[in-house]
Amino acid sequence: MPRPPSPYVQFFDDPTEPVLELLGGKCASLVSMTAAGMPVPPGFAVTTAAYDTFLDRSGIGAEIRTRLAGLDPADVRSVDEASTAIQELVCTTPVPDDVRADVQAAFEQLQAAFAEPVAVAVRSSATAEDLPGASFAGQQDTYLWLHGFDAVGQHIRSCWGSLYTSRAILYRLRNGIADDGLSMAVAVQKMVNARAAGVAITMNPTTGDRSKITIDASWGVGEMVVSGQVTPDNLLVDKVMLSIVSETVGAKHAELVPDTDGRRLVERDVDPDRRARRCLTDAEVLAVAAMAKRAERHYRCPQDVEWALDADLPAGQDLLLLQSRPETVHSNAAPTRPAPAAPAAAPTAINLSAITAGFTTRSAS
Amino acid sequence: MTVTEPTPSAAAEPAAAPALKSFPSPSELTVPEGAEGWDALFPYNLLFANTPDSDERFWFCDSQHWPTAFKPYETIGAEFACKTLSQYNTRHLLIPPANGIDYKIHLGYLYMSPVPVPPEEIPGRVPEFEQRVGHYFQNWDSLLDEWRVKVRDTIDEMEGLSFPALPDMVPLADIHSGKGLDGSEVLIANFDRLIQLCYQNWQYHFEFLNLGYLAYLDFFTYAKQVFPGIPDLAIARMVQGVDMELFRPDDELKKLSLLAVELGLQAAFADTADVEGTLSAVAALPRGEEWLDAWTAAQDPWFNFTVGNGFYGHDKYWSEHLDIPLGYVADYIRRVEDGQEIMRPVDALVAEKERIVEEYRELLDGDELATFDAKRGLAATAYPYVENHNFYIEHWTMGVFWRKTRELSDLFVQAGFWAENADMLYLDRGEVREALFDLISGWAVGVRSTGPHYWPAEIERRRVIFDALETQRPAPALNTPPAEITEPFTQMLWGITTEQVQQWLAGDEDASGGITGMAASPGVAEGRARVVHRADQLGEVEEGEILVATITAPSWGPIFGKIGAAVTDIGGMMSHAAIVCREYGLPAVTGTGSGTTTIRTGQLLRVDGGTGRVEILEG
Repeated sequence: MPRPPSPYVQFFDDPTEPVLELLGGKCASLVSMTAAGMPVPPGFAVTTAAYDTFLDRSGIGAEIRTRLAGLDPADVRSVDEASTAIQELVCTTPVPDDVRADVQAAFEQLQAAFAEPVAVAVRSSATAEDLPGASFAGQQDTYLWLHGFDAVGQHIRSCWGSLYTSRAILYRLRNGIADDGLSMAVAVQKMVNARAAGVAITMNPTTGDRSKITIDASWGVGEMVVSGQVTPDNLLVDKVMLSIVSETVGAKHAELVPDTDGRRLVERDVDPDRRARRCLTDAEVLAVAAMAKRAERHYRCPQDVEWALDADLPAGQDLLLLQSRPETVHSNAAPTRPAPAAPAAAPTAINLSAITAGFTTRSAS
Repeated sequence: MTVTEPTPSAAAEPAAAPALKSFPSPSELTVPEGAEGWDALFPYNLLFANTPDSDERFWFCDSQHWPTAFKPYETIGAEFACKTLSQYNTRHLLIPPANGIDYKIHLGYLYMSPVPVPPEEIPGRVPEFEQRVGHYFQNWDSLLDEWRVKVRDTIDEMEGLSFPALPDMVPLADIHSGKGLDGSEVLIANFDRLIQLCYQNWQYHFEFLNLGYLAYLDFFTYAKQVFPGIPDLAIARMVQGVDMELFRPDDELKKLSLLAVELGLQAAFADTADVEGTLSAVAALPRGEEWLDAWTAAQDPWFNFTVGNGFYGHDKYWSEHLDIPLGYVADYIRRVEDGQEIMRPVDALVAEKERIVEEYRELLDGDELATFDAKRGLAATAYPYVENHNFYIEHWTMGVFWRKTRELSDLFVQAGFWAENADMLYLDRGEVREALFDLISGWAVGVRSTGPHYWPAEIERRRVIFDALETQRPAPALNTPPAEITEPFTQMLWGITTEQVQQWLAGDEDASGGITGMAASPGVAEGRARVVHRADQLGEVEEGEILVATITAPSWGPIFGKIGAAVTDIGGMMSHAAIVCREYGLPAVTGTGSGTTTIRTGQLLRVDGGTGRVEILEG
């Protein structure tokens, strides 16, 4: 279904080239990851244009400037008072109708993809904080398990308001960062309802072999895998051929899943049948590996990828990438496999030791 | 053919303790009813009964090359192939740990046993091996060019052999010239020469084959070292040729089909079983002559191609059965008209091969990359021979050999020795030589030869024995297997691995009703099974079915455009079936051991060529 273009929202799978100033760092990254074949949980950005329009048309922009003028960074009490007043303004002043209508339409369009209403997360997406070398002190606001547009709208404003926490105001004052042009985009993103999840490392961390992808996978969301609370299924996939090289089914005794009203995660036991069964099909294993391989290509270094299979999405489109970051533990270490004994052979020479070794070791393969 | 063979695990039951689990010994196998006396028909040296230590050794059945019982004359392929394979390991190249492959015949099937070199002798062979192998690899292209000439010369000489009927009287010219010979010496000499030339090309067959495998194994071992656990399939794809002589015959038919469509000749191919009628119909159409010229040009040498595998006297060759290639052409024409792409996706295969090589190379640098490149380069140079030689020997040489054999047999048929030229296959080649002298002698003496009184009944007696042998499938292996199978040719060519042997011993079917084999060509396909035991059943195969066969021959090429996947009982990563399936982009699981006995035609299968699993979904 074609979406009416709106300056105020942009879906993550919109093919439009992401503009950092409009989307903020987080949303721009979500858009470019989706475009690069690393599907993130579906959702959309509320652009900085939405915030800017809100400030301009409602007139509170001028009021905020007045409030901030002449603040003394040493006077923490007056900074606190200004912060409270500005956040109150941002959270209560009516949003222009067209902005509100476009954001609501986007929210409804997101919901329309699912049989039942789904919970979403709302996160701030600042235009500076995610950029390398600029550790902007405005903290990352994240609100999870939100249901319905009213809650979403309210938390979008909370994200906007987070530009004016006392800490953020003080940081800008102390570092001489002007408030002019300060803006904020917001990500509205489906909460992952993981039926299985885990991590994928684009190498074999036990040998340093970069021709493999190692996958740990367990039932439910991936936190229990990441924190080592369950023994996951472990698979080794050949990165070039995308075929499973070896696998070990883990015990997977517990899983974290959304509770029945979808407002938090609860831990529950996994029944014996599902413990004994691998939590991914072959096709799912290879889809995870292919996505990790794309992430490695995209970022040009070994990656440690968090992924999930979302129970609310149709099979084949349910694999989501939650996070991809450089794999640093193993990829900087020297490979542990043995270095070749002899220097490079001449193009027509044959290495006898390798051949004869093959006569006695091959059956292990 | 009825299949009554009990499963190997059932046959192995008497050996009680699991640790000592064994296959049956030859004497434990049941002789099928009516096959008593089979052993007298084979050379004494090929019988287990005459080989005292044979029960102490492990033997596996080569049903890849000899899937059905063979007749006495047909043992020539097995004897020459095993002897000449062995001579290169043992006497030419001195491969340090491996001598030849010993071979025996039991109940009409061929069993093989690799012969290791005693460990203390291995080091002494190394310098000779390096020198000899090094020479070949350093002069690969020029030596291989010479090989083609040698092999072609052998074929040409064989083609020139003839077995003319003896005259009522010696020509007067020979009297005048004082020739002093009656011409029968030519029959004897030509028969002897036919056997010698066959033997000669079998020696040439292995001159490069073992080297091709060595280079492959060298790269294989290195790839496994730098990329532990790299799939065998990845290694195969990095060295496999893409545009090969072995695929030329099929490619020629495809080109002829495209040409027929281009020239608007489709209507002429309505009934290709009638070769004369079809060719006349083509000739009658405008531009038909253009197609007939192309048809004739393609035949030499590419129709020296069999739908069998070259090891049986009954194998049909395209050149003598033009209805076979014409039928394939008609089938291709139909597919072209349906809008299908019939040419192999050569560009895509090349691109995929290059992708695989490049992605692995990107993971290496420095000395490792240089070594990888050198070894892969050598394997990629040497390996295509492993595929291409098949056309020159199994197809071309053996096609001429069997044709000349039939020409000689025709002479016997005329002399009343037996009724049909295929009957001569019930004689071994020594007996043929004796019968030939009987024929000549009777002619010279002026009496009826003894053969016509003796052979018809003897051939009938032997026919009963062979029909009985054919009712029983061979045991996959005999006696106690070693703890590990280490002989590389055995693993690579026959797919006989430690796991495979264990699987045979355990019974092949797993708990979920599926079977496993080698992941020989990637991809997943679902479809109805079509179980094929012999080449003449290929006509039954329908579009989209999954071919389940004991083995497949590369010459089955034209049906690979039709099927969804292939499953074989026998064969490794580099078996012909695996190679052809990769070439055609079809999923394949090879070496299942029990595909044709477990699966029935019509069952719904799911074949995963990436994992080697075959599941029976229904039926």
